[in-house]
Amino acid sequence: MSAEIRTSDGELLSVKLRKVERRRRTTAFLLAAPLLFFIVFAYVIPIFQMLGRSVDNVQMNEFLSETHEVMQIWDGTEMPGEDVTSTFFYELKGLVEEKNHGKIATRLNYEKGGFTSLIKKTARKLKDFDENGNFLDQFINVHKKWGDIEYWLALKRGTDAYHFRKYLTTFDYEQKFDGSIERIPEKKRINVTLWLRTIFVAAGVTFCCFLLAYPISHLLSVLPTRYSNLLMICVLLPFWTSLLVRTSSWMVLLQKQGVLNDTLVSLGIVADEGRLELMYNMTGTFIAMTQILLPFMVLPLYSVMKTIPPSLMRAATSMGATPFLAFRKIYFPLTYAGISAGSILVFVLSIGYYITPALVGGAKGTLISNRIAYHMQQSLDWSLATAMAAVLLVAVLIVYWLYNKIVGIDNMRLG
Amino acid sequence: MSGKKSDFVKFEQVDKSYDGKELVVKGLDLDIAEGEFLTLLGPSGSGKTTTLMMLAGFETPTNGEIYFDGNPINNIPPHKRGIGMVFQNYALFPHLSVFENLAFPLKVRKIDKAEIEERINKTLKMVSLTGFENRMPAQLSGGQQQRVAVARALVFDPKLVLMDEPLGALDKNLRESMQYELKHIHETLGVTVVYVTHDQGEALTMSNRIAVFNDGKVQQLSGPNELYETPVNSFVAGFIGENNTFTGTVKELASGSAKVETSTGEIILANPIAVSSAGEKSRISLRPERVNINPTEQIENRFEAEIKEIIYHGDHTRVRVNLLGNDDFILKVPNASSNSKLNLGDKVNLGWSSQDCRALDY
Repeated sequence: MSAEIRTSDGELLSVKLRKVERRRRTTAFLLAAPLLFFIVFAYVIPIFQMLGRSVDNVQMNEFLSETHEVMQIWDGTEMPGEDVTSTFFYELKGLVEEKNHGKIATRLNYEKGGFTSLIKKTARKLKDFDENGNFLDQFINVHKKWGDIEYWLALKRGTDAYHFRKYLTTFDYEQKFDGSIERIPEKKRINVTLWLRTIFVAAGVTFCCFLLAYPISHLLSVLPTRYSNLLMICVLLPFWTSLLVRTSSWMVLLQKQGVLNDTLVSLGIVADEGRLELMYNMTGTFIAMTQILLPFMVLPLYSVMKTIPPSLMRAATSMGATPFLAFRKIYFPLTYAGISAGSILVFVLSIGYYITPALVGGAKGTLISNRIAYHMQQSLDWSLATAMAAVLLVAVLIVYWLYNKIVGIDNMRLG
Repeated sequence: MSGKKSDFVKFEQVDKSYDGKELVVKGLDLDIAEGEFLTLLGPSGSGKTTTLMMLAGFETPTNGEIYFDGNPINNIPPHKRGIGMVFQNYALFPHLSVFENLAFPLKVRKIDKAEIEERINKTLKMVSLTGFENRMPAQLSGGQQQRVAVARALVFDPKLVLMDEPLGALDKNLRESMQYELKHIHETLGVTVVYVTHDQGEALTMSNRIAVFNDGKVQQLSGPNELYETPVNSFVAGFIGENNTFTGTVKELASGSAKVETSTGEIILANPIAVSSAGEKSRISLRPERVNINPTEQIENRFEAEIKEIIYHGDHTRVRVNLLGNDDFILKVPNASSNSKLNLGDKVNLGWSSQDCRALDY
């Protein structure tokens, strides 16, 4: 047993230290608390709530809770029995009285097309039902779709409290009513193409940024301060301009009757009828995103290069290495930290880029973020939108995880 | 030194300007002998580092030619010169281990693996760093990094090694032991070393010859003791060691002796070094340790002085006196028991020989 160390007034050293430090720690925490609360309430909680929507179906489950329950013992191989149909009748009747049947119609329509009209027509005819008769027959009389078992299966599946089918949709798969998972018909596949394109564009933009930023950053790090400051302002200028303005100016430059094409035509490099398609395709997305994201590559590279003493290159050449060899063996490896930090920044930013591809991308240059926006604003399939967003988030986290594995997050320098 | 070239490295009328307005190095003529340890000593901005960088190939002479082993090297890039170099902050490659740092110049020369290992072991042994092969530079102390830098500059057997203030970042004790170590390495290998420093103690300890730089020019080029004992001008006298000065006018000039009248009207007998005619103004230089206190024998210069300050320095005591109008005249008194009776305000007689007091340029 080691002796306990006490301060001269007899208190335990560890206790005393904690007492003395507590005040300082409390102050530090209080200073950080507003930001912490802001982040938790305005950022973390909403994000998780939103992401919950990708699997959440609780409302449907509540609207048709009894139907859902009795359907659990129905195996789905034959038409449902009277226990199911009667329960559904009474619950639907209740929903119609509360005017909530529209909501379930929309929701069920995601499960199987045709449900909207089916529910609406049935709702109008509910009052004509004979509560002592056969409910299934009466349903089929109202609309013959009720005779199709798939609608009943869709009803069963559509009332599950939680489901992961939107994640399948994200990768162009679907779950059949027999539970098997299959790819959707080729003509309908769009998401996988968008994912691949997004990753391709993000990687490509990252590489272009690296190629352009490396020499600039080197120049910045070796120039005397008065010149490097000026150059730095030029690099940072994009930060001070609105993203929308920058993207719009790229539209002015790149369009078919734009500045760049006009110049090329007037110089005779391109024929007037052969003006280059620089916009509304991948080229436009590439050019604009590279320019906009360039500073995110320059800054970490510059901050790393600034710390490399010029004497290292001199030492290498004095030992007989050609300038190229000295660069490859000494300078370049020393900039890895900057390259990786810049690359991860640009990659992560471009994987979720929205405005630029939306404005200059056209059909061939849109990315997964544009698809997410489409589902949020046009199709209103928020579950699918959030499922996609969740996949995007996971992708970014994987990138970070890989980065930490390979480089170590501690080595990141961001300026 | 039979067979060794006395002009192994030769600077011929070398000028260097960075901005086209001012010359940093002016008309430099300098011969460096093979196997020599030559130090370029001078205050910052005196052109010594520029001279070294021109020799290494990182700067181009604006005018003149540099020869290395008989060949002009102005147009040879640094990596083809085969000159080893130790940098001010060591310039070790931080991402490579000690072994890899040392292997770098050998790999560049495409030497095979077994020999690389052998040479590195030999060199590390020489700098007493055996067993440190796998350390990274950041895991080494300043002194160890220094040794690695020296080892790396020597491992490829260059005929000439340049050192740019290599000990500047070390603390005093380590610096002194490294000085001896470098000197021994030089003696063992017989390699030619050109060493840049602004620390005169370092220069005096290590060098065969010292070139004192000031204002882009070599002020004096000689061995350490001549430099200290017989400085040729006021700058060298003032820069090397401690120095007491008087200013005055030359009254009479004969061979081996000059009478100089000080501002207070007294006549000092001095050794004329850098004065050529009577009536010239001169600065007289006198080393503190060459002054006798209350001399008993006959001596050429003898004056009375008043003690202004006594500063205890451990092995000796520094005594500041007022002598012939110079209020900052310093005496160095060994702390032997016979000298302990000096008191503030006492009047003492000071005497020195005319040979020890040198009449230099004003």
